Amino acid sequence: MIAHSIFFYTFSIIAVISAIMVTVSKNTVHSVFFLILDFISISCLFIMIGAEFLGMIMLIVYVGAVAVLFLFVVMMLNVAQQKNQWFASEESSKHIPVGLIISTIIFFELIIVIGGWKYKPDLFNLNNAVNNYSVSNTHSLGQVLYTDYVHVFQISGMILLVAMIGAIVLTFRQRKGVKTQSYLKQISRERSEGVQVLDVETNKGVKIDD
Amino acid sequence: MQKLILNLQAPKVKMEYLSIIFQEVYKILFLLVPVLVSVAMIVWLDRRVWAFVQKRQGPNVVGPFGLLQSLADALKYIFKEIIIPSSSNKVIFILAPIVTMTLALIAWAVIPFSATQVLADINVGVLYLFAVSSLGVYGIIMGGWASNSKYPFLGAIRSAAQMVSYEVSIGVIIINVLLCVGSLNLNDIVIAQKNLWFVIPLFPMFVIFFISALAETNRPPFDLPEAEAELVAGYQTEYSGMMYAMFWLGEYANILLMCAMGAILFLGGWLSPVDMYPFTLVPGAIWLIFKILLLFILFALVKAIVPRYRYDQLMRLGWKVFLPLSLIWVVLTSSYLFYFNLLPVN
Repeated sequence: MIAHSIFFYTFSIIAVISAIMVTVSKNTVHSVFFLILDFISISCLFIMIGAEFLGMIMLIVYVGAVAVLFLFVVMMLNVAQQKNQWFASEESSKHIPVGLIISTIIFFELIIVIGGWKYKPDLFNLNNAVNNYSVSNTHSLGQVLYTDYVHVFQISGMILLVAMIGAIVLTFRQRKGVKTQSYLKQISRERSEGVQVLDVETNKGVKIDD
Repeated sequence: MQKLILNLQAPKVKMEYLSIIFQEVYKILFLLVPVLVSVAMIVWLDRRVWAFVQKRQGPNVVGPFGLLQSLADALKYIFKEIIIPSSSNKVIFILAPIVTMTLALIAWAVIPFSATQVLADINVGVLYLFAVSSLGVYGIIMGGWASNSKYPFLGAIRSAAQMVSYEVSIGVIIINVLLCVGSLNLNDIVIAQKNLWFVIPLFPMFVIFFISALAETNRPPFDLPEAEAELVAGYQTEYSGMMYAMFWLGEYANILLMCAMGAILFLGGWLSPVDMYPFTLVPGAIWLIFKILLLFILFALVKAIVPRYRYDQLMRLGWKVFLPLSLIWVVLTSSYLFYFNLLPVN
């Protein structure tokens, strides 16, 4: 138990500190790196409570893919400079109330959810949940995800699909005048089209462009 | 409860804790030292194979057959000066090779060398391997960005796009294997291949996995992040001395890891090729090493034979060819297993 609590407090302290550093650090790229550290320590916490599948998926999806794209965008935009300017200007104070409102709403939502669990355990029907600890985490997830919760699963998939299509529609534009290389053209070139063997007479040469 | 806490504080239990820790450290060293030595040897093998394909001798001066060449190289790197560019982001610049090296080594924790010889026999072994290999991109991005120079940055961006794209197809290929096994544990995957290695029913997936592994480890013909004709040395341009060597070692350890992954997923891991008396005497670790070497020689041959891809060709191959192909194969595999009632349900 002692080892368990040592690890728990290490990971949670790292998670909280890096979450604070995400918002505090001046350099945006550093913010993203702290965000990654936060993700990693959260996934360690997931693994510690026995949700190893969730922890690994968190690492693969958030750290391995989403945060890479974050880094991409942040590095390309040179946001560090803009952020510094933004902090110095008066504009930043305008946005503080909006941010405060949103964060209080999220805070109360969290309180409602966690409080509901704490003080009214039968608030959510958890009878379907698999409490069989002999089955591994991944197995038990698979047993309920495609049977009891198949509709919720499908609906969330549809929402993601719609979001994907929306993103593509919003950003896609056909540019004109771009020189692209066509694969079929390049592969299907024959020797007879490109090369011509000529007997060249001395002191006369050949005409090429005709 | 009170008794338990008292027990924990007793000195005898503390000693047991210590002995467990020592045992684990001993096991880890017993795994890591051979991996590091074999990484050094594999660099030599790579250069030799490359040379033989091109009818050269390759490194053959230092030691018998040039076996000590990598050792000599390592000595040279250790005694070289480490230069940190003054305009670089120093912390991240130093962290980058450390991250690459660490990630390449921690993945070996789950590789099973036989039914019992595995450091951590975890339930989600495949996911762990996949996660660690997908984190490998950070060493490169950090190095490229922190160098604060044009070539490393371009190399890092190329590499990030490349590795993220090919991870997708590797993930889908792993799903194919998992459909046939019904478990995420690496030992279960090996044991499931007792009668038939997955390379036979899933041969197209094996080919795609091999090519994706080439791209994932930035090997030729997909070594665009460090294409010397365009980007000097890509993300490694500003690195020198031991820090460069760590990138280098990490890269080769990753290549070995990908070979091990291929051997476990498709070539039956530590199983002997024929389940018969004289072959089963050979320990499983030897078979696994043999299979890893076989895959690695293929890696080296590809490096010697195939010319470098163009960047748009690389992206097209990943997204428009490999991803649809492997997705179609997932549908085929699952419908085949479902139709013939072969799904591994327990």
